[in-house]
Amino acid sequence: MLIYIAKRILYTLPIMLGVMIVCFALVHLAPGDPLVSVLPPDASAQMKQQLMVLYGFDRPYYEQFLRWIVRALQGDLGSSIATNRPVATEVFKAVGNTLMLSAVATFIGFALGTFFGFVAGYFRDTFIDKFASFLSVVGVSVPHYWLGMILVIIFAATLGWLPPTGAGPGGSENWAWDWEHVRHLILPAVTMSVIPMGIIARTVRALVAEILSQEFIAGLRAKGLSEFGVFMHVVKNTAPTALAVMGIQLGYLLGGSILIETVFSWPGTGGLLNAAIFQRDLPLLQGTILVLALFFVILNLIVDVMQTMLDPRIQRS
Amino acid sequence: MLLADKASTLPPVARSPGYWATVWRRFRRDPVAMFALAVILTLVLVAIFAPYIAPQDPYKGMSLRRLRPPGTPGFPLGTDELGRDMLSRLIYGARLSLFMGVTPVIYALFIGSAIGIAAGYVGGWVNTVLMRTIDVFFAFPSVLLAIALSGALGAGITNGLVSLTVVFVPPIARVAESVTTSVRTRDYVEAARASGASAFTIIRVQVLGNVLGPIFVYAMSLIAVSMILASGLSFLGLGVKPPEPEWGLMLNTLRTAIYTQPLLCALPGLMIFITSISFNLLTDGLRSAMDIKA
Repeated sequence: MLIYIAKRILYTLPIMLGVMIVCFALVHLAPGDPLVSVLPPDASAQMKQQLMVLYGFDRPYYEQFLRWIVRALQGDLGSSIATNRPVATEVFKAVGNTLMLSAVATFIGFALGTFFGFVAGYFRDTFIDKFASFLSVVGVSVPHYWLGMILVIIFAATLGWLPPTGAGPGGSENWAWDWEHVRHLILPAVTMSVIPMGIIARTVRALVAEILSQEFIAGLRAKGLSEFGVFMHVVKNTAPTALAVMGIQLGYLLGGSILIETVFSWPGTGGLLNAAIFQRDLPLLQGTILVLALFFVILNLIVDVMQTMLDPRIQRS
Repeated sequence: MLLADKASTLPPVARSPGYWATVWRRFRRDPVAMFALAVILTLVLVAIFAPYIAPQDPYKGMSLRRLRPPGTPGFPLGTDELGRDMLSRLIYGARLSLFMGVTPVIYALFIGSAIGIAAGYVGGWVNTVLMRTIDVFFAFPSVLLAIALSGALGAGITNGLVSLTVVFVPPIARVAESVTTSVRTRDYVEAARASGASAFTIIRVQVLGNVLGPIFVYAMSLIAVSMILASGLSFLGLGVKPPEPEWGLMLNTLRTAIYTQPLLCALPGLMIFITSISFNLLTDGLRSAMDIKA
């Protein structure tokens, strides 16, 4: 077990290096001058040269890359070309908000998804199963940015129950546990939860149906175990996979929150990416993507390790 | 008469129906999947014959008739924020939206299967190099990768297609690799090799014959995701640029009218939803007809 965990961590290192190379390449993939957003249109060649040197763009790629990595490892992601503030500070503030949103959404999605999955798996091929399965197909098929707009139309524009945008009163960007902030969280979190809900429901349904058809369930029933006791066995057998799917979904939501954050003007990494893309602020783009991707890699690592610990039957090579 | 001669004069045994005929027969009995197929075929026809179906010019606007609600005489689905006919724009939108959603998956199907089959068939260090490189792309959530790439490349149809193709190559390559690896060690491949078939022939006949089905169905299941992602890019202002009619872009430009004409704003998204759910249901039906698990 320990050897497996150590191997898994070691295996993550080259992946992280690859992720850094991709993030670095992004900036150089971009057409045009990386300084286009700071330079005035009538900038002289000398001024341009000065800025190139200042940002290190005049160096060979491998040197720029090494320097970027060394600094990134020390927590310095450079500074934003547009605002001149350190990228790391901006990103970590935004990650907090995105994490809050994604975690709540994953939790709602997990609760609903396991419920629908269990019901569908238990009552397989009945009307209930068809309905629950249909809901999960809707969950994975609906363009969530559109669903967000629909919910805003219904609950904010028409009924006026919930605020349409923002993370708190008066454009507050710092999360707090009070009713005003929670009110702002409800619509984006529910919108976001639809994706993990659909995927978890599908997974759990297949798992439950498969477990129920196994012989040990018949054995448990034959020895006189109550239906609730049998149910607990099913839960125990479903948990490792369901939890793993949940963990991976959290990672997907963290990285994919930009569309929903745009709809709800949520002050997270999505807003940051949006700003970075349209102001062509490449250090900010690079830094945000790097942090999100590393989060995803580490989350996958944790999920893998936890799954192995929860379910010792899993033999990994 | 020798037995052999007699055999040759017997009428040929009725050919058992081929694999695809069996799949089609099972598929035909699935009403949900058949309905989904009908919806998709309709959308494709609408896209092809858009100029003949659309009642108005989808580009021509008039500031006097902006944001009319659905049901306005002459404009059955209303007009958009520039006074262009909504129905015509939705009809023309099928062209770009389907194109942007389906094309990347087709490109990725070719590139990804080539990489996956090469890695799986050759094995060894070639496999290691190819698949570990693919692993790096799995470290990015797909939405993030698509947005990062098209954000760096800039808006536009080509850049959008490139970004989405890059997103779908790794998953297809991974599936192709695992199926090929499992096929490679089967006895019939060994038998073909023993009878002197070249590597190319083995790949063409034995490997492709057994691998293409599962990869194809997997790629089909990605089209739904691709539709949502492609429109999502345009929704963000990446991908398709105005004034082209594309559902995601229309959703974006109509967002400002969400309070005044909510029904109108919901229409383009509804089209994306219908398309993507049809592709998902079609894939589900195909999967059970072909008896492929997961």
